[in-house]
Amino acid sequence: MRGGDVRGQAAQVPPLLPDGGASAELNPRPAEPRGRAGRPSVVVLDYGFGNVRSAVRALERVGARVELTADHTAALGADGLVVPGVGAFAACMAGIRAVRGDQVVERRLAGGRPVLGICVGMQVMFDSGVEHGVQTDGLGQWRGVVEKLDAPVVPHMGWSTLEAPAGTRLLAGVEDERFYFVHSYAAQSFTQGHDDAADPRFVPPRVTWSHHGSAEHGARFVAAVEDGPLAATQFHPEKSGDAGATLLENWVRSL
Amino acid sequence: MSVAVRVIPCLDVDAGRVVKGVNFADLRDAGDPVELAGRYDAEGADEVTFLDVSASSGERETMIDVVRRTADQVFVPLTVGGGVRTAEDVDRLLRAGADKVGVNTAAIARPELVSEIADRFGSQVLVLSVDARRTTGDVRTESGYEVTTHGGRRGTGIDAVEWAERAAALGAGEILLNSMDADGTESGFDLEMLAAVRGRVRVPLIASGGAGKPEHFVEAARAGADAVLAASVFHFGQLTVGQVKDAMREAGVQVR
Repeated sequence: MRGGDVRGQAAQVPPLLPDGGASAELNPRPAEPRGRAGRPSVVVLDYGFGNVRSAVRALERVGARVELTADHTAALGADGLVVPGVGAFAACMAGIRAVRGDQVVERRLAGGRPVLGICVGMQVMFDSGVEHGVQTDGLGQWRGVVEKLDAPVVPHMGWSTLEAPAGTRLLAGVEDERFYFVHSYAAQSFTQGHDDAADPRFVPPRVTWSHHGSAEHGARFVAAVEDGPLAATQFHPEKSGDAGATLLENWVRSL
Repeated sequence: MSVAVRVIPCLDVDAGRVVKGVNFADLRDAGDPVELAGRYDAEGADEVTFLDVSASSGERETMIDVVRRTADQVFVPLTVGGGVRTAEDVDRLLRAGADKVGVNTAAIARPELVSEIADRFGSQVLVLSVDARRTTGDVRTESGYEVTTHGGRRGTGIDAVEWAERAAALGAGEILLNSMDADGTESGFDLEMLAAVRGRVRVPLIASGGAGKPEHFVEAARAGADAVLAASVFHFGQLTVGQVKDAMREAGVQVR
């Protein structure tokens, strides 16, 4: 369970990477993690769901060296991991588990290594999702349940504005832009609770909300989260034109 | 409202080439759908739609390559319709880089196709196209609108509003409502038909058919359209996406 990032926590976590190297904070980077061109390496987790081609191309466009794979060594060793996802929560979770992506995400985060979830790839970071009355366990990084949107028009499909928090790094420079959403489900609350909240090292997650939040347009929902090494967007940055490219560039540069 | 009303240019593609000349001044290749999609993206299109009008399945193969090359260069959503008959067809288009797939005639013949696609890929990938017209002669439907096939040449006697409602219930994520009466007239969208469907479906509704002036797009948005689609006015350079959006913005319609 996340819900905040305790800086330095990674140092207490045993090494989990196959090569014995753990987090970036703990160890110097391996010999050639950034490739010949010095570009960050990104693995887009290939588990059979998601518009992965678009994600790959959009990340390449902003300078990442991108590999589409479910290979564990590659997914653990990359500078960044993207978890895409479209369609049903339950189907995506089954796909992620089938390639043991749940373990990859867990290990990366334990080692403080960046993960970016997109759309259903964000939803699965919560405790669970409910579709047609059936509850499916998620990856449990954040508390909360992903539920059907209650709005006059569903799916929420199109370009919407956000309420970005002060200090956002992910949305730096594009806080007021519109991003492309297409989804029928979302997390409609975010629990900030963290056992170590009194810890001076605790950095609370930065939550970006949808700009909805009226009787007329339904309840607001979580549009993006920045929580230490784990970031996620309910919208599709890879389909959000130049604004989306800026967001991805912000993330890639942070790797 | 915080969701912008989308403006969507549509390109008819035959065997990998754009049908009808496109009137941009400095295009290298006016027939290349990839280059045109990029142009529309640069103009501010919120999505791009390709309608594959190829006659044969062999020619449709070329569409896969067009989609792939477009997805490599265009970073707004891409919808591809035309000749989609099975969930396998959907799979191939999505793998090539399409974000959404339009289904029309095949779903009329076999409505289960809608739920097959939605169950496998999610509702959000499925745009149900309804080519509808006002009933005439002996044909009667409750709403007064009828579903047609073959580009509006054949009536089906199916109530267009009921069909849209049923398709949404089966899992269509969006309805593309194309007025065969208004299509090509450039005298405006069929606002009454839009309002009739809007009153009965909760999924996003795309207005199509009849666009000629910027005001027409404003009217469609006011009639309840979540998106407005047009082909020829954009192709022939009568209007740019930017002009349409300016008019909508001035009228108080939210646009990107």
